[in-house]
Amino acid sequence: MTEPISPQAVPVPEPGAAGDLRLAGISKTYGTVRAVRPLDLTVEQGSFFALLGASGCGKTTTLRMIAGLEEPTTGAVLLGGHDVTDLPAHKRPVNTVFQSYALFPHLDVHENVAFGLRRRGIRSVRAKVGEMLDLVQLGDHARRRPHQLSGGQQQRVALARALINRPRVLLLDEPLAALDLALRRRMRLELKRVQTEVGITFVHVTHDQEEAMALADTVAVMNAGRVEQLGPPAELYDRPGTPFVAGFLGTSNLVEATVTTTGGDEITVTAGGVALRVPAGRCPRDIARGDTLLIGVRPEKISLTHADDTGTGSGGVGGAADGGGSVADGRNRLTGRIVDAAFLGVSTQYVIDSPVRAGLEVYVQNVDHGRGPWPGAEVVLHWDPAHTFGLRDEPAAATGGGI
Amino acid sequence: MSATKVSGSEVRAPEIPGGDTNAPEVSADRARPGAPTRRGALPYVLLLPAVLWLLVLFLVPMVYQASTSLQTGSLEEGFEVTWHVRTYADAFGAYWPQFARSLLYAGSATLLCLVLGYPLAYLIAVKAGRWRHTLLVLVVAPFFTSFLIRTLAWKAILADGGTVVALLDRLHVLDVTGALGWTEGNRLLATPLAVVCGLTYSFLPFMILPLYASLDRVDVRLHEAARDLYASAPAVFRRVTLPLSLPGIVSGTLLTFIPASGDYINAELLGSTDTRMAGNVIQSQFLRVLDYPTAAALSFLLMAVVLLLVTVYIRRAGTEDLVR
Repeated sequence: MTEPISPQAVPVPEPGAAGDLRLAGISKTYGTVRAVRPLDLTVEQGSFFALLGASGCGKTTTLRMIAGLEEPTTGAVLLGGHDVTDLPAHKRPVNTVFQSYALFPHLDVHENVAFGLRRRGIRSVRAKVGEMLDLVQLGDHARRRPHQLSGGQQQRVALARALINRPRVLLLDEPLAALDLALRRRMRLELKRVQTEVGITFVHVTHDQEEAMALADTVAVMNAGRVEQLGPPAELYDRPGTPFVAGFLGTSNLVEATVTTTGGDEITVTAGGVALRVPAGRCPRDIARGDTLLIGVRPEKISLTHADDTGTGSGGVGGAADGGGSVADGRNRLTGRIVDAAFLGVSTQYVIDSPVRAGLEVYVQNVDHGRGPWPGAEVVLHWDPAHTFGLRDEPAAATGGGI
Repeated sequence: MSATKVSGSEVRAPEIPGGDTNAPEVSADRARPGAPTRRGALPYVLLLPAVLWLLVLFLVPMVYQASTSLQTGSLEEGFEVTWHVRTYADAFGAYWPQFARSLLYAGSATLLCLVLGYPLAYLIAVKAGRWRHTLLVLVVAPFFTSFLIRTLAWKAILADGGTVVALLDRLHVLDVTGALGWTEGNRLLATPLAVVCGLTYSFLPFMILPLYASLDRVDVRLHEAARDLYASAPAVFRRVTLPLSLPGIVSGTLLTFIPASGDYINAELLGSTDTRMAGNVIQSQFLRVLDYPTAAALSFLLMAVVLLLVTVYIRRAGTEDLVR
């Protein structure tokens, strides 16, 4: 389950993989607006794939092109090796769960779910519909009309209505967006359960990074009509490839820095006179001395120590063996002053102004009794250099590239 | 990571598509004690003018006509309520052909209106884009001219020796309609076809507007959902568009059929003595024969027949909840 997808910047002749969904250079242009730039993607059969991005990034358009509701300007959609680009929507073995659910208001739940089967001329639908309604736990609501159901129930009807057709690929267009927070969390688990149970390929479009990370085996982060980065959620989180991904997927502290030494497993950079160490493997390749890099670290990876306790005063230098106190050697260090602290129960979120950059974010788990540092306190931020990553201050060349 | 602050934007009410008609309404005001009497009385005060209007101009004449229909007498000696129910039986016995013709003509015109109006309403609601308002104005444009004038204009259009008659004659259309009994010889005027055409023309906007209103409310996303679920274009229409426009079809046919079955202008101006409808009989009984009881009884009979047909129709259409 860890490596279900192979990102295909250059389409390689695929061995077998009978049920894979492949997008080969598809793009969509409305007039002069490029909604989706030429895009190559392979979604492996049976995987849960998420297209993540802000509204207007082209993710829904991509989904609609797979469904056949939108015609691609260029490129092809391949399902299990067959080109379905010219197949109209009603002939594609693909079904969609729409954001608005689009349940038929004149039909009851049973007939809504049976709709696809009936259109394909399947006669005995009762048993199948019953089975599917049980799967989404709506067995006793078969004769209700859509408007008599709650939002979560409507969502499940929409899911059942699409799944009953056993599509090669199930497309989900922001299926949880209209639900409230608690329900969304519950439906998220439900979706994951159903996907594992039926084993159908899910392509899920969402703007909610938490949802994408919780559900998907592979996440493609889209921005301005192109895929910025693609991979398993943990990998995207741990090693974002672009500043956009670093900011969109979770929170990142990004600091502009200049490369001072390269070579070996580690490179050294300086930011505002402070030396920081970054694993070379977590930086772009071809780094040279004097290059400008964005150095990032996730807020929860940073520890805070009162400046007094470190015994070094301000201006701690990362990696130097001068530290006493509670800051271990070999950690990256920055100094700063707490400007804001928000207690969130599980953790406390600090906003810290540092000479290097204002507004650094730090999450500290509330493990110990007593209070942490107060706003106004001088602190040292320190973290394991292994958690540091370096980015070039420019969007990555998108998969497939521009025209 | 659960925050103690729940941001308001995260909690959204679940969207209920199409739930506008039957969504459970929870009135916040109702729970509040205080000034419920004044607030409760206001709707009734606002209803008062309409209730008075209906009482004076609808109910009173109805009662008056009902009493007239049960009177006997003559214009010279005066009329008197004698509970002479036989007037009804006599009137129906004498004029049932005109009643049957009324229903036949009105039914034909309604059907024609539906066949002509549905595609147009669909076009305006779904495809017209920025032209929709222009087209809607054009649909109601005939109302800017008087009903009578428009019917007289039809008289000129269908006149013997006119272009329409000449064209249809040359195309041998009149031979076909003649064989069907819709026209006679090589003329259109004073034939059943002319009356039905006039009725269709007169009531077409009453068909198009409700159809438009219901088609306009059909969410195009439902079309996409149906296509996604293996419905071809005809299947999308039959399974989604048509059933969802049923309320429009029902109200459109009622708005066309009911006034058309009581109409007498079209039959008067475009028809002949062989095409007289119930409305013509009532009109002549009232204004020429001056047999008021018979005229009033005929009015009530027509009303009863139409009411009966409409009730059966609505029951059969199974749309009681839609017409409500």
